[in-house]
Amino acid sequence: MELAGLGAYLLFFLNLVGIYAIMALGLNMQWGMTGQFNIGIAGFFAVGAYTTAILTTGPADGWLGGFDLPFLLGLAGSIIVCVPVAWVVGRITANLRTDYLAIATIGIAEIIRLFFLNEGWLSNGTRGIPGIQKPLDLGNGGYLLIVLAFVAITYLLVEVARRSPWGRVLRAIRDNEPATAAAGKDIARFRLEAFVVGSCIMALGGGLYAHFVGFVSPEAFRPLYGTFLVWVMLIAGGSGNNLGAMLGALVVWIIWSSTEVLADLVPTALIGSESAFRVFLIGVLLQVILVSRPQGLLPERRPPMPGERRRS
Amino acid sequence: MIEIERISRAFGGLQAVRDVSFTVEKGSITGLIGPNGAGKSTLFNIVAGALPPDSGRIRLEGEDITGLPTHQLFHKGLVRTFQIPHEFSRMTVRENLMLVPARQSGERLLKSWLGWWKVVREDREILRRADEVLDFLEIGHVRDELAGNLSGGQKKLLDLGRTMMTDAKAVLLDEPGAGVNRTLLGKLAEAIERLNRERGYTFCVIEHDMDLIARLCDPVQVMANGELIASGDMATLRDNPEVREAYLGTGASGTAGAA
Repeated sequence: MELAGLGAYLLFFLNLVGIYAIMALGLNMQWGMTGQFNIGIAGFFAVGAYTTAILTTGPADGWLGGFDLPFLLGLAGSIIVCVPVAWVVGRITANLRTDYLAIATIGIAEIIRLFFLNEGWLSNGTRGIPGIQKPLDLGNGGYLLIVLAFVAITYLLVEVARRSPWGRVLRAIRDNEPATAAAGKDIARFRLEAFVVGSCIMALGGGLYAHFVGFVSPEAFRPLYGTFLVWVMLIAGGSGNNLGAMLGALVVWIIWSSTEVLADLVPTALIGSESAFRVFLIGVLLQVILVSRPQGLLPERRPPMPGERRRS
Repeated sequence: MIEIERISRAFGGLQAVRDVSFTVEKGSITGLIGPNGAGKSTLFNIVAGALPPDSGRIRLEGEDITGLPTHQLFHKGLVRTFQIPHEFSRMTVRENLMLVPARQSGERLLKSWLGWWKVVREDREILRRADEVLDFLEIGHVRDELAGNLSGGQKKLLDLGRTMMTDAKAVLLDEPGAGVNRTLLGKLAEAIERLNRERGYTFCVIEHDMDLIARLCDPVQVMANGELIASGDMATLRDNPEVREAYLGTGASGTAGAA
């Protein structure tokens, strides 16, 4: 690859890393802090992406659209629409723990995907919604600055939340629910709040994604891209650690992209199964991490006590 | 303070608690003893809101609290500890205590975001109180350890410490002495006595260690097979034939539960 091509690829790559970093931060609030096993990330990713697609595109041909709203209003819409969706899902699943929550959320994510697939009046079905613009006619380079700004804001909000008494209650719930109730905390309220806020962060990632690729269709929200990769990123980076979540997004996306190069090297007998092979490699990577370094690249650290200065 | 009125509860065919009534008087340290399987912990779980009774009422200072969830009872001033210590194992000892105080403004996410400096100021005050409690219990040296790394006895002290971070009026202690060595046990008893005397906490204590019960509790309620069989001070109960039978079987001699 020549230098200009490499530079262009790097911009493309970093945009996606940033978008996935935001989603990993959202998952960290649910799993890392609260212990909620949400494997329906793709559903909230889709809600965010479709909402801004519908709100910001020009004249629509047979689907809901033509509002032509500005970029920031589209993203705001992504988050606002996600609130009731996540609230309902959170209420339904409020009393489910670990594996039961996992089953329920993966089912709900598929329902959301199939909803967008089948409700053509809303989403144009399989053909998807094209023509989603980046703001201000920016290229990938300019858009990267916007994505990075959102990554920074999201990181700050999630990290402040983690260090706050609110985050302390979440970690207590993760450790021991009966004792948290005995300390007077309304567990259902805190679990629901973490679920809704985490899901809205995923929806924000979805909105940024839609403007980046310019086109959304149900195909993009299959569990592999929407959910599984985000989980690998968080586990690899260090669940419970927000910097780790972002580092995981970078590292896993590097590995994921480089397997694309591998696809060119596969023997002819295997042509056609490259994509399955990539998934297999990511699965192996997850296994290796879980066995050799279960705490991730950057392990969780307790928040500093008020007034405490850390040396390190 | 806590009125237990005709509480019954069955698990399948097992009648764990049968028609039990007694009152924990304000300012008392009331003991609850009985052999294993007597129904003490079930009764505790019912009073603490962790388990609904089949019939009967619980009143706290005259107010009917039957069936209220645990976190609401906490805000009414009724707090419990657990038989097996329930520490937050991946949080530090200090954090275990700082979690507890009610009405922390930082427990509202929006306030944490929009007024984090106020939340930090408030948290500093909570930290000071937590350190006071740790000094009172003489476990200040492990304040930054993860609670999961503490010894069994230290975890028991930490459980008690969490109740000291509240504005509790009544505290239910489920076997505070289990697994605690003699030295630590003396400290624990002293802490309970001081809380009762200086802060006016009312206690209801389940315990198998009869020396601890004799030192702390008056009156003592005795349960066996789900029923209340006797009550009174420890000296009287030691000579009560029904109590001796419950603990040692018919015709046994010697002092009931002296071990």
